[in-house]
Amino acid sequence: MSQISQPGHRPVSRPHGVAPSRLARWFWLANHKDAGAAYLVLAAIMFLVGSGLSLVIRSELFAPGIQFVDPAVYNQVVTLHGLIMIFGGIMPAFTGFAVMMLPAMIGAPGMAWARLSGPVFWLLPLAVVLLLSTPWIGGGAPQTGWTMYPPLIMQTGASLPVFIVAVCVTALSGFISSANVFVTLIRRRAPGMALLRMPLFGWTWLVTAFLVMAVMPVLAATMLMLGADRYLATDFFGGPDGSALLYQHLFWTFGHPEVYIMVLPAFGLVSTIIPSFARKRLFGYNSMVYATVSIGFLSFMVWAHHMFTTGLPLPAELFFMFSTMIISVPTGVKVFNWVATMWGGAMTFEAPMLFSTAFVVMFMVGGFSGLMSSLSPVDFQYHDTYFVVAHFHYVLVPGSIFAMTAALYYWMPKWTGVMYSEGLARLHFWWSVVWINVLFFPMHFVGLAGMPRRIADYNTQFTDFNQVISLGAAMFFLGQFLFVYNMGRCLARRGPAALARPWDGARGLEWTLASPWPHESFTQGARVDARELAKPD
Amino acid sequence: MTHLSRHWRVVSAVASVIAMLGVFRPARAAWQMNLGRGVTDLTHQLWTLHMVMLAVCVFIFLGVCVVMAISIGRHRRARGVTPATFDESIGLEIAWTIIPFAILAALAIPGASTLVALADTSDADVTIDVTGHQWLWEYRYPNTGVHFYSRLAADSRRAELGVDGTRPADVSHYLRDVDHPLVVPVNAKVVLNITSSDVIHSWWVPALGGKTDAIPGRTNHKWFTADAIGTYRGQCAELCGRGHAFMPIVVKVVSKADYIAWIKARGGQAPAAGALPDARADGPDYAALARQERLTRSQAMTLGRHVYQAECAACHRNSGAGMPGAGYPALTASPVATGPIARHIDQVIHGKKAMPAFGGQLSDAEIAAVVTYERNALGNAVGDMAAPDEVGARR
Repeated sequence: MSQISQPGHRPVSRPHGVAPSRLARWFWLANHKDAGAAYLVLAAIMFLVGSGLSLVIRSELFAPGIQFVDPAVYNQVVTLHGLIMIFGGIMPAFTGFAVMMLPAMIGAPGMAWARLSGPVFWLLPLAVVLLLSTPWIGGGAPQTGWTMYPPLIMQTGASLPVFIVAVCVTALSGFISSANVFVTLIRRRAPGMALLRMPLFGWTWLVTAFLVMAVMPVLAATMLMLGADRYLATDFFGGPDGSALLYQHLFWTFGHPEVYIMVLPAFGLVSTIIPSFARKRLFGYNSMVYATVSIGFLSFMVWAHHMFTTGLPLPAELFFMFSTMIISVPTGVKVFNWVATMWGGAMTFEAPMLFSTAFVVMFMVGGFSGLMSSLSPVDFQYHDTYFVVAHFHYVLVPGSIFAMTAALYYWMPKWTGVMYSEGLARLHFWWSVVWINVLFFPMHFVGLAGMPRRIADYNTQFTDFNQVISLGAAMFFLGQFLFVYNMGRCLARRGPAALARPWDGARGLEWTLASPWPHESFTQGARVDARELAKPD
Repeated sequence: MTHLSRHWRVVSAVASVIAMLGVFRPARAAWQMNLGRGVTDLTHQLWTLHMVMLAVCVFIFLGVCVVMAISIGRHRRARGVTPATFDESIGLEIAWTIIPFAILAALAIPGASTLVALADTSDADVTIDVTGHQWLWEYRYPNTGVHFYSRLAADSRRAELGVDGTRPADVSHYLRDVDHPLVVPVNAKVVLNITSSDVIHSWWVPALGGKTDAIPGRTNHKWFTADAIGTYRGQCAELCGRGHAFMPIVVKVVSKADYIAWIKARGGQAPAAGALPDARADGPDYAALARQERLTRSQAMTLGRHVYQAECAACHRNSGAGMPGAGYPALTASPVATGPIARHIDQVIHGKKAMPAFGGQLSDAEIAAVVTYERNALGNAVGDMAAPDEVGARR
């Protein structure tokens, strides 16, 4: 089956057989490795910016009283921290992993719409620059947090249209890049790679891409309705009949699937890494696929659990409570399957496995606080407190971001041909795992004790825990430079050479390539060996 | 069976430890780690739901962690093991889909019934219109003509701005104090009609229950019946702009007489004497009863009913009918509530299966009272009584 020329598997990065100029290469990003790298670099920069914003928050909250920033500025920092982390960090990072790895994992030479990658990618830095410019435009950025609720957002000054355009541009970029991933996964799998044989990262991205395509138009439309209310004298969200609530329904129609957009790819990464280091196939591949699809489906039916305190009618409260509780069933299946994958294996704990194991444990913490919040009557107490802040940060930081960290350690040897320093990586792991809990765990306590989220200043009873939290934030942040240094060494090609398959238990077509992998791969189609499949026949 | 009940003992022990960490340290509010129990029947119910859910989550979490830890200990290459080759087990996969589903169903039912109770805003004794503004609260008592605004207290404001070197630690209740608190009578059903004039706010006093959003153009309703006189503090819980952290809520729960006096002092028309529920007006002093070493039968039944509604009714229902379908048995004619009294007392102290151990949270008098109540109400008429010293002896 090797070297079969397949329709649609033409070499993509050199149209007309001419080497592109450097400018053209980085504009079109037609090579999926270039495109993936561009996304990951952008995400890395944005994680740094977003973390910087969070350090402003943690500095201000180190003690009661206003010390560093005016509450109005504080609110803007809160808004930008959320948006930058979500639209600048997590989503581009997962897109980066998808564009970088999925073609290689399914034996394709590149993305389906190769030359669309570049223009779509470059929308993101544009959007981010617009977003980050809003604090300096008359009146500053919206003070609403990332949820951008009206009527409050209508009090934003001249930056509102810039802000709306920025969010719409990220939505557009996300939509097209996800469509590209979706089509690639459907159309470009090498012969022999049936859908139900594909690596689970492909499956989780297939569902993620579907969710992104479904909800980004909702986000963009909602933003445009805000703009119309401001500039076209419409009254979508400003009417006298409480129609501000309409915004919340629309926003969370986007916002809840968005939660899964930010975590499903992490499930895929961890489901790829744990089997490699357990030297055992993923347990329950089929049920993992079904669980992923059910989570994607259910994610459209739970949006109003973000709105339990808005005065929903009783039947709606009941419906959204039940539907939210049910979503924990497929999520539980995933966790149990990961543990069952480890069970009976011959495990080693290199950095990717360490971070994946920590992911499973700490994602559970975030999952359980989510389950607690699903109980609507009790959520009346949890809602809009630090308990919720703890909940979603556990899901996103030791959840999604730990999965990405694991994936970078896992694939960096393939990309650069150089092994990272395992000693430094272990130090990075233990440092991170300790401080991340110092950072986020006490948020449960202050939240339950009654500290609302998004406040610039607090009652003195919350001081002690907030100081612990701020300390954790600073230490966790500092520790990440170990990671930056370790990855930087690989990128500078300093370190021992990596084998083509540096992890002896790893399966997947990407490991059949040399290390570092060639700039062009699988241009003549891939040979799919059953041993490399996530699920054998 | 013993195996199972040992597990549940672990669950309730964990719940009790967490409860003790969080709740029984009023002197050190600074390190409060858990939800407070509040001062209404509903907040007690919420608290119980919260603790049961927390215990279930901690139990499953620890269970998964233990299995994983065993695996990490045993199944590593360094021990020279050969990896197993299994990669599925239909039985296991079905089990860990069905069992969580059943656990969730058992939790959803009491959750739903509490939700129904939260939504019942009928039969108000006192109605107050609440309007959120950037950044203060407006209160209007429609039938009395009393109307006022409630703003951040001046000394908190000075400390926030650092005027004359005032620091947050120098003022009492920094950012949780107002110039004019809301005043309501104890043991009366207070219904709040909550709205906003500008952006969305959220009215929240944790001890009186959850949040209710104040949304312009819309009126949301919230009710509470505070069962203890005192001052309860909270704040706006929905980001509402620059002053979001600076619009606290203070509610003073006072006796019926003090409430009427306050209305008059504010130039309002006091409600007729019969407008507030007399029987409940100043209520029995449950806290004093809970400390007594001896209880008369009527004291035991009064305190017992109070404890029952706060701690037991979320699962066993007000009527004692329980929710057998969800695994919460009826108390009416139950073997425990009509059998030997010692076994009944033990179960309340130590818990059983899904039932938490109440020994750590309830006083001897409260346990004696609730046992007496369960045996002589809810359709039971055993006739005997538990005494506080008997409870003390069985701890």
